[in-house]
Amino acid sequence: MTRTTPSPPSALHLQGIWKIFGEDADSFLQKFGPSPADSDLQKAGLIAAVRDANLDIHRGEIFVIMGLSGSGKSTLVRCMSRLIEPTAGELFFEGQDLLAISEKELTEMRRHKMGMVFQHFALLPHLSVLGNVAFPLEIQGVEKSVRQQRALDMIELVGLSGREDYYPRELSGGQQQRVGIARSLAVEPDIWFLDEPFSALDPLIRREMQDEFLRLQGLLRKTIVFITHDFDEAIRLADRIAIMKDGAIIQIGAPEDLILNPATDYVAEFTRDVSRAKVLSAKTVMRPVTPGESLDETLAHHTKVQDLAHRAVNSDRHMGVIDDDGVIIGAVDNQAVLDVLVGNEPPRTN
Amino acid sequence: MEARQSFGDVARTPAWFWGIFAVIVTLGIILFFAQDQAPYLAKYPRDWVIPLRFVISDWMQWLIKEFDLGFFTFKELTRSIAWLLEWPLSAANSLLATGFTFSTEPGAPVVLPAAPWTAVIIIFGLLAFHLSGTRLAVLVTGCFAYLALFGQWHSAMITLSSIVIAVPLGVSIGFVLGIAAYRHPVFEKWLTPVLDLMQTVPIFAYLVPVLFLFGFGPVAAMIATMIYATPPMVRVTILALKQVPADLLEYGNMAGCARGQLLRKIQVPVAQKSLMVGVNQVIMLSLNMVIIASMIGAGGLGFDVLSSLRRLAIGDGLEAGLAITFLAIALDRLSQAFADRPQTSRHSQSYPLLTPSRFTLAALVTLSISWPASHFYPALGVYPESLQITTSHFWDDLVKWININFFDQLEAIKTFILINIMMPVKRFLLKTPWVIVIAVISLIGYRLGRFRLAVLGMALTVFIAAVGLWSKAMITVYLCGVSVLFAACIGVPIGILAASNPRANRATQVAIDTLQTLPSFVYLIPVVMLFRVGDFAAMLAVIAYSVAPAIRYTILGIQQVPAHLIEASRAMGCTPNQIRWRVQLPIALPQIMLGINQTIMMALSMLVITALVGTRDLGQEVYIALTKADTGRGIVAGVCVACIAIVADRFISQWSHKKKMELGLPA
Repeated sequence: MTRTTPSPPSALHLQGIWKIFGEDADSFLQKFGPSPADSDLQKAGLIAAVRDANLDIHRGEIFVIMGLSGSGKSTLVRCMSRLIEPTAGELFFEGQDLLAISEKELTEMRRHKMGMVFQHFALLPHLSVLGNVAFPLEIQGVEKSVRQQRALDMIELVGLSGREDYYPRELSGGQQQRVGIARSLAVEPDIWFLDEPFSALDPLIRREMQDEFLRLQGLLRKTIVFITHDFDEAIRLADRIAIMKDGAIIQIGAPEDLILNPATDYVAEFTRDVSRAKVLSAKTVMRPVTPGESLDETLAHHTKVQDLAHRAVNSDRHMGVIDDDGVIIGAVDNQAVLDVLVGNEPPRTN
Repeated sequence: MEARQSFGDVARTPAWFWGIFAVIVTLGIILFFAQDQAPYLAKYPRDWVIPLRFVISDWMQWLIKEFDLGFFTFKELTRSIAWLLEWPLSAANSLLATGFTFSTEPGAPVVLPAAPWTAVIIIFGLLAFHLSGTRLAVLVTGCFAYLALFGQWHSAMITLSSIVIAVPLGVSIGFVLGIAAYRHPVFEKWLTPVLDLMQTVPIFAYLVPVLFLFGFGPVAAMIATMIYATPPMVRVTILALKQVPADLLEYGNMAGCARGQLLRKIQVPVAQKSLMVGVNQVIMLSLNMVIIASMIGAGGLGFDVLSSLRRLAIGDGLEAGLAITFLAIALDRLSQAFADRPQTSRHSQSYPLLTPSRFTLAALVTLSISWPASHFYPALGVYPESLQITTSHFWDDLVKWININFFDQLEAIKTFILINIMMPVKRFLLKTPWVIVIAVISLIGYRLGRFRLAVLGMALTVFIAAVGLWSKAMITVYLCGVSVLFAACIGVPIGILAASNPRANRATQVAIDTLQTLPSFVYLIPVVMLFRVGDFAAMLAVIAYSVAPAIRYTILGIQQVPAHLIEASRAMGCTPNQIRWRVQLPIALPQIMLGINQTIMMALSMLVITALVGTRDLGQEVYIALTKADTGRGIVAGVCVACIAIVADRFISQWSHKKKMELGLPA
């Protein structure tokens, strides 16, 4: 593969990223070339946590990395901020070569451009909510009144006003993660890493936090890298998903792509139990419009089947699908909707 | 696969082990009866002894007399360190005990008297109230009131002044070394064995070099105290920093902390509670050192205990010993309260009444009122002698009475145990050929930890033989072994009982907390009162001093048995006894063994002190070296004690570690 400079909409660009744990991983890669074989790794007693990751994360998108424990997703996200130094590969952030910058520049970049949320919150137990949220600004040497005002704004943003004086252990898990989120947003990062932010929470709270997260993203439009082991969470939140297994990325695509065209049986296994009505959109299930056909109403092409099902099933009305410009591009009838709802084989698009 | 292998490794001792063991024992028996044929195998020959002690003594002489660092000599360097430390120490001493004279001439008039006893009591009471509440305030005030009431105030303040200087210094040094070791693994690798040695070589052994380098007096005593009390702080610092959760460090890096910021703003505050454990240890060890430090001029309570012990003035010794204990209890609880002080937000009800600033204000007000007031009412400044009480005659009489009325019974117990248990063990160990002991140690070492432990065990035991202290070392092993055996027989059942009964548990915790705050010397007083000098008295003191960890670890081990296992056993129909013997004890065993390990370590450190009551082991060797100011002799004997301690510690820890792996318990 030739070296390419990332195109502008790409916030983060990874090419051929490897992370190999074990002694003398560097010299091993030099000896066995850029993509060593499994058997060679095993013989050297090394573990490849990330194998040849190639990614482009677009500005303003929610990019979810999904994989089971041990799949390397946490290592990969740490490679992106160099919390873990990649063994090989290229890493560009906003066109800047992250692997080439000095420790000092990296610190500056983390201070101002990156935010991270942790699975177990990683709140500082000796600081109050206010202290925790103001902490990243304190590190930068921001004046006290300024950073406190900023922290109060963030606390209000995540709905914790009135609890500024509480200590982390006096809060519930969900509240603690709200603090974690407020803290990571306090520096107005360009890129926001969330490492399984809701995995430690109860299912009900998790759902609430997902809604909250979508609300925040609606306001802020950050570039987001979101790690999860929960496929439902991934399809609920993601613009695009990367699925990882044994350190390798096996498929990248929008939720709909993964469901309609799983690259491997492994991916298909995940998608099997997913409610298709929640993922598939009108555009996917529509049929061409018969010339001269009269349409009773129209709906947007990205409307999920789940949301149009009620209308479609309870009437014989013909619904036209329009694209962003309002042009009719197809029609949905109730048979197509019923097929999705009862789980008949979805239409393949290729 | 590997886990299974190690499982089989521990679970069944292989035949080869018993085979070799049998061969060694047979050889031992043959050698025992054929001593004349190969005497050098039975007893380490005198000609083979390496004169290490003379080498060390000569080196020490050279260091003091000739070693030149260019602009100044080594002795000038050490003496100037002593001179530097003199300043804060004498300031604290003036403030608490002697008053300020503002003149270096002896006998100069006191310009400003020492802080009034009333003020000291009130300030410590307020501090206790500030940190924890009324209960602690009552306890601390009571402890200090004892000092005044029983006429120990002046000595106690001398002791306290050296503690208030030694502890912060020791804590700071330990903290800095700990951080360095945490940051530089290579440094840690070098530091760990040094710490091991510092903690296992008996204190007496390095009193002589300290004496030579820093002279006789409070400063030298304080330096010895710091050498003794600092290592745990280093260890605790390393451990505490390592225990800071990884995601907090990651967060710190993501927030863009520089290295110093990470340390100051994340690692230290998060580890603060663990670090306070180290501070507490430094305080307790410093107090433990009080009596020993008085041998090189510390004065204060330690000197009082020591001189009464020498005069066999039981009552006086007991009262001064109790004074150290109360001081220790007060400082221990204060430091614990500081570590545990609640950190709550202002909305919480337990927000302290007395904020730090209000406390400081109250303390200053107390001082500024009581100091001038004591000028007009001297009783407020110095506790009046007429109000002092003493119980020393009561104790002297009690001992006399017991010795008159129960002499025969006490003597009978002593003789019975000496003849039937102690003597046979002693004779066995002394008669066993030295090569056989070394062979057995190496074999066990190999079994437990392959070549690493085999070589370690062999090297350290050969060292003991080579420096010519074999038989003294065997007496140490015998006294330590018998004492630990008794301590285990007492401690483990108490621990089992306490673990199953909450009320007994609470009582036991108070008892062992108290036992552990008592300075080791205090244990000598009652045993000498009742059994006079000798191995038996020494053994009793050692048992009393070292039993606490056996109890504590047994309780801990049993409480750590997972509740679902107990539940499952009950569901299968086990009786409480079956649960105890078949479930709780086997699982708690590795932890109990760690307790026994601690007991051995404490027993060894106590043994050196019992040399004062006439044992003939390595401890005596160290003590003689101290009285003769023989550096080499003391250090060599001290290192031999350390060798025994290290072998015991490594072997037992390794066994416990393997056993825990086998049981799938967290290491």
